[in-house]
Amino acid sequence: MTDTLTWTSDEMMTVASARALADATTCFVGIGLPSTAANLARRTRNPDLVLIYESGTIGAKPDVLPLSIGDGELADTADAVVAVPEIFNYWLQAGRCDVGFLGAAQVDRFANINTTVIPREGQPDLRLPGAGGAPEIAAHAGKVLVTVRHSPRVFVDALPFVTSVGFGTGAGDRERLGLRGAGPTEVITDLGVMAPDPRTRELTLVEVHPGVSVEQVREATGWPLRVADEVATTEPPTDNELGVLRDLQARTKEAHSARS
Amino acid sequence: MAEITSLHEAVAGLVHDGDIVSLEGFTHLIPTLAGHEIVRQQRRDLTLVRMTPDLVYDQMIGMGVARKLVFSWGGNPGVGSLHRFRDAVENSWPVPLEVDEHSHAGMANRYVAGASNLPFAVLRGYQGSGLAGRSDTISTVTCPFTGEELAAVAAINPDVAVIHAQRADRAGNVQLWGILGVQKEAVLAAKRVLVTVEEIVDALDPVPGAIVLPSWVVTAVAPVPGGAHPSYAAGYTTRDNAFYTAWDTISRDRDTFARWMDEHVVEPAGAHR
Repeated sequence: MTDTLTWTSDEMMTVASARALADATTCFVGIGLPSTAANLARRTRNPDLVLIYESGTIGAKPDVLPLSIGDGELADTADAVVAVPEIFNYWLQAGRCDVGFLGAAQVDRFANINTTVIPREGQPDLRLPGAGGAPEIAAHAGKVLVTVRHSPRVFVDALPFVTSVGFGTGAGDRERLGLRGAGPTEVITDLGVMAPDPRTRELTLVEVHPGVSVEQVREATGWPLRVADEVATTEPPTDNELGVLRDLQARTKEAHSARS
Repeated sequence: MAEITSLHEAVAGLVHDGDIVSLEGFTHLIPTLAGHEIVRQQRRDLTLVRMTPDLVYDQMIGMGVARKLVFSWGGNPGVGSLHRFRDAVENSWPVPLEVDEHSHAGMANRYVAGASNLPFAVLRGYQGSGLAGRSDTISTVTCPFTGEELAAVAAINPDVAVIHAQRADRAGNVQLWGILGVQKEAVLAAKRVLVTVEEIVDALDPVPGAIVLPSWVVTAVAPVPGGAHPSYAAGYTTRDNAFYTAWDTISRDRDTFARWMDEHVVEPAGAHR
């Protein structure tokens, strides 16, 4: 690849995440990177994608990216708005969400997620926001996508706390725990894509983004990362994908800087 | 029947030191100004309950009203950390803060159990999560029909629930619409209920998706226009996203925070109460 890409690594990550939703029917969307990707998917590969936010908005079609899971536009554009106990019990727990899309603070080799607490040397433990909807999204969604920027501080050898379960300690753990969904199928970062090994469930590098080397991904991962026999290179973002994403982000920036 | 009164009188009568108090509102309809009144009246040792403690709880915790927080997600939505909440948990400033931490599904079901007058709720949840081992309000129960092991969460029954709604009629019937969160459940689970509203009207005209809380499940209604700011009340105000971003800077430093609270909450210019 040339060293002058016309897109940023964050844009590549978002585009790759949106493509992962090409065949989804319903997506339970976390805020932040997952929400950006899900809204891009709805505007590119999958116009019929039903976006479900934990605020109870089902089928939201926001014109700009929401800052929170309960922005007014999500409710105004939704097919249905239900109460919070209902969204978790009738829609998520009952198995009505194909894909759950999560961010993370830390991820381990079995795609377990920590969003609760990180111990620090000589300082009080770093307090993170906590679980939110993630433990049950990770449990009940038909499958789970995770998107997060790649760094050794994020992809750690051992999690200090498991907030949401991916594959636990490996093959068979989800079944033992009674988790009904298939669990994480892809972890999409700004460097590439990892997928669980079909036998061991350990995350394996299957794809690098254009201009990224396997070595770079290894260095940004806090455990000896397994690499697939054949590592694909992600298709570069199309002009349309980049154009739609940049428009969306520009509109969002304008909308959120305005005082009500 | 609900009494229609001022915010000052309602908080003075309903919220006591040491109470379990739940200010609910899921991003939408957050009763921020009621929280400010609790700060002004210097309540102490509260157990604050809320699924998503955001700016209003950051402010209340930073002012030292709480000794315990029961919650499921404590951040500044789309912005980052709640610095006052973190300072309380990490450094016990200004006072130590005990936490009882759940997932959203767990918290929502705890309110459902409370509203249903049941001791606990059942769900599929927490399997494999470290949360289960850290809370004495999360356990398991075996289904008597299938033998399946399920999560059990203890009911929440606050002493006081506080919510913000779009409007009430003169009899104190309360109408709210848009994103409804867990407000109905929090109200029906609580012993006493304070509702702040955008306005008091002669008649509650139907609105798509609206629910009505009958006057007789509400203790007090106080008209507080704009009472959800920087959150919003659909049909009346919009979410002040810029303020959520600004709060990150205001709250990061203890002195800046204290000054801001003093100027805008404790002794605001032209305050009338």
